[in-house]
Order: sequence, then structure tokens, then C-alpha cells
Amino acid sequence: MEFNEWIDIGYLIAAALFIFGLKKLGHPRTAPRGNQLGALGMLVAVITTILDMELADDPANWTLIIAGLVIGSLIGYWMAAKVEMTGMPELVALFNGFGGAASALVALSESWRYIEGANLPSGLELTVTVVAAGLSALVGWMTLTGSLLAMFKLKGGIEVFGKWIKTPTWGPRWLNVVKVVLMITAFGLIYYNIDNPTDQNVIFALIAISSILGILLVLPIGGADMPVVVSLLNSLSGIAAAFTGFIIGNSVLIVAGSLVGASGLILTFIMCKAMNRTLPDVLFKSFGGGGEKASLTRTKVGSDADEVAMMLDGAQKVIIVPGYGMAVSQCQHQVKEFADLISEKYDTEVSYAIHPVAGRMPGHMNVLLAEANVPYEQLIEMDEINSEFPDCDVAIVIGANDTTNPAARTGEGPLAGMPIIDADQARTVVIIKRSLSVGYAGVDNDLFYMDKTMMMFGDGKKMMTALNNAVKES
Amino acid sequence: MTPELLIGSITLFVLSIFLGFELITKVPATLHTPLMSGANAISGISIVGALLGANVAYDGGNTDLSGILAFIAVILAMINVVGGFAVTNRMLNMIAGKKNRGA
Repeated sequence: MEFNEWIDIGYLIAAALFIFGLKKLGHPRTAPRGNQLGALGMLVAVITTILDMELADDPANWTLIIAGLVIGSLIGYWMAAKVEMTGMPELVALFNGFGGAASALVALSESWRYIEGANLPSGLELTVTVVAAGLSALVGWMTLTGSLLAMFKLKGGIEVFGKWIKTPTWGPRWLNVVKVVLMITAFGLIYYNIDNPTDQNVIFALIAISSILGILLVLPIGGADMPVVVSLLNSLSGIAAAFTGFIIGNSVLIVAGSLVGASGLILTFIMCKAMNRTLPDVLFKSFGGGGEKASLTRTKVGSDADEVAMMLDGAQKVIIVPGYGMAVSQCQHQVKEFADLISEKYDTEVSYAIHPVAGRMPGHMNVLLAEANVPYEQLIEMDEINSEFPDCDVAIVIGANDTTNPAARTGEGPLAGMPIIDADQARTVVIIKRSLSVGYAGVDNDLFYMDKTMMMFGDGKKMMTALNNAVKES
Repeated sequence: MTPELLIGSITLFVLSIFLGFELITKVPATLHTPLMSGANAISGISIVGALLGANVAYDGGNTDLSGILAFIAVILAMINVVGGFAVTNRMLNMIAGKKNRGA
């Protein structure tokens, strides 16, 4: 066997490691191992490629290639190491955009080689190269712009010259027609490109259309659905990589890309199901956060920490319902301290109700609370804990809104049908929130106005600290 | 690309898609984000395309812009790969590590 043929074996090993990695990532016990296997697979793929290049007839420009590898690794590692727990969803969106852009750039580089005068292939090879490069560009650039917009939507806005601009959510029905027209135009351009492979204008037009499509895809979607969109974009970046594999005829790109494409799509469906929504609804029915924020006509008198501490005295069962507010104010350590305090002082049983999409990403709350050393068995998923609320003395909602909104049980409005935490069934509900304003879905929350509800208006960390002091002193 | 190679590639593509659909079935909500992030890191496999692209681009000689494009692709793909696996690892350490200690 020639040494060249071993290259394919290397790629096969990498592909097998990706498959095992993805499989293991789906189970709690094996997930860390799954991630390591995936990383190992990537290492095998990169080393195999470098060996392949070393064996090629012409020497490669190693200085620049190694510089690129090192620079990329350092930037990536630095970003992953310094990110705050709250910023993780945005970072995943950003990385995903980079992946899509990398595929699109490989396609562009390949197309540009021919424009710069490299010998054109002919016949079937030309058609395959052009079509694959076109599709890779379409999906890749779309992934880049879509992911960037999704990132800013997760952040809630963008700072330009010191001015905070809120990310808009805009999507009239006719926009869907525009998307279809753009998509058809893109396919038309790719078809035209087969006969005119060195026409620069076609390539520029395709980049422009794909970028606009990515933005239009994400623009109408409200922040609450952003996790689903990021998952879908993740699936797309896999598909882009698979198309890139067709350009250069590389098996590991095709296998890994389509694996991620398909499993990413399945994950997207699973996440939609957790929110009781369908993918077409998410994508094509503009949802929440629209221009007309429901104007608030009702008011509610706030309570202070001492009143709440008094309610807690003698409570046997307390359920903490964390939401995005806890993530923003980074008060998970205060929450844990609070739970320790009341279980010690009043012998209260404390558990945490975890909504599948609380925060900005599924699992967001688990990660934060785990960071604060909350025992895993106290974190109880929504379906299991909902039946316990009628026996619960005090439910403490920290910065959660839509995931506790009883409006979801009615058949109307943007939240209709979304499963919620039944915090309103508890005897007393304490809500820590900065104001009465609506949540991401833009729906007023009746829970705030119930007689048994006590609102503590303020930042999560400040309020929890005040509450802890009040409990200590009482 | 010869017709045989094209058919082979399409076969790989279709079978991998089926495999991807089967690979993920029930995933607890806790793992949705790490799984997405890990899969995202794997989609950084375009690093292989970027490396090969950079190689081909330099071989041609007369290839300024396409070489630069491939170089940028190497950097972006590497950010995706290293950052993606590192951030997934951080998330999983927090979820799974604490779980073992609690049990």
C-alpha cells in the first residue's frame, strides 16, 4: 500500500471518532468523553491533512499555514477561556458563524483560483466544482450573517459609538416572499455560473444575496426562539462544510459535515418540541418582541426583603425558579447561599425548578447553578416538579418571566401552548425582577398581579443579598 | 472528479445524513447546549478544506488573493474548532463534574 492511501485511513478514523463523539455527547454520563473523542477526531483529521500536504509534489507555504493554525487556536482558546457563563450562548453563535465563513471562504478561494488563471477543469468535474462552490457559498455566508445577527439578538442589542441600539425584530408576511425570490435567484446564479465559471460579478452577487438571506432569516425571529435558530444555523454550517467537501473531493469533510447537518437538525426539532413549537412556526411566524410593547396599565406594590424573610419563616417547602435575570446579574452564588441559609435556619426543603428553555439556551440554568455548587439532585426538570407546586409554601422566581406566564395555558397569543413552570400554584410567589415589564415574548404576565405574589423590584444580585441579610437577622 | 468518485461522494453524503438523523434521539434538556456546541466544533472540519485550499493556492504561484482567502479560512476554522471544543468542555465540566461530587 502506498503511503498516500493511508491518508484515507486517517480520515476514516477521524470520521469514526466524530460519530462516537456525537453519540456520547447525547448522554449525561458520557458527554465529556464524547467531546474529547470529537476533539481527538479533529486532531487526527488535521494531522492527516498536514501529512497529505507534506507528501504533495510542491512544497506548501508552511510558515503561513502554521501561523494561521496557531493564531486561530490561540484566539479560539482565549475566547472560550475568558467568556462569562452568561455569554456562552452568544459565543456558540459566533463560533458557528466562523465555521460557516470558513467553508464559504474555501469555496471562494477555489473559485478565485480559476479567475486568477488556474487551469479550469472540464465537463463533469467543472459542473461539480461550480455547483458545490456555489452551494457552499450560499449556505456558508448565510450562516455567517445569520449567526452574527443571532449573537446580537441574544445580547439584546449592539453598541455603536457608545450608543446602545436594540436589535430589531421585524418580519411582515411579505418578507417570506422576498426570501423565496432571493433563494431562487441564488440557484439561478449558480446555474449560470456553470457556463461562466470565471465571472466575478456572479460570485459577488451570490455572496451579497446569501448574506442578505441570512439576515432576513433571523430578523423576524424573537429572542425567545433564538436557541432554536442557533441550533438550525449550526446544522447549516455542517451542510456548508459537506458542500466544501464536494469541491475538493474530500471524504472526511462530507461525512463530518453531513453528520453535523443531520444531527443538528434533529436537535433543532427536539428543542422546538421542548417549547411546544414547530420549526415552520419559529421560522416564518414572527414572534414577540415586536414594535408595540404591550403598554402596562396595571401596577403592583413592591415588597422589601424583610417582608419576604418573614414569609419564609416556617416555610417547609421552597422552590426556586431561576431565569435569565439570574444569569444577567450573576447571582447564582447568592441563590445557593440563600438556599443553605433557609434550609439550616428553618429546616426548609429547597429545590430548583428548571424550565427547558429558561435563560437564553437550554441547560443555561443547570450550568450556572452547577457553577455555584448546587447539588445536581436539587435541580428538577419542569415536568417532574410541576406537580409539587400545590404543596409548595413559597416559590421564588428569580428573573424568570415567560417561562412562568400563565398566559401560556390559554390558547392565544405568542406564548400559547408553551409548557410553563406552575409557579402560580404555590401558596406564595416571590418574584425578583427589575420591573413589571414584559419578557422576551412581549406578553404581560398575570402572575405579577396576583394577590399572593410579592414583587421584589431590583437587580437579582442586590435583592438576593438583601434577602440573605434579612433572613440572617430575622 | 470522475463519475465514480462523484457517485461515491454522494453515497457518503446521503448515508452520513441518515446516520446523523439516527445518532441523536432523546437528549435531556441539560445537554442541548453542550451538544449543539460540540457538534458546532465538529463542523469546524472545514479546517481540512482550508488547509488543502491554502496548499493548492500556494502551489499555483500566480495566486495572491485565493491564498489570502484560504489563510483567513484557516484562522476562522481553527477558532471554531479550538474554541468550540474548549467551551463545550467548560460547560460539561460544570454540569457533570459537580454531579459526580453531589452523588
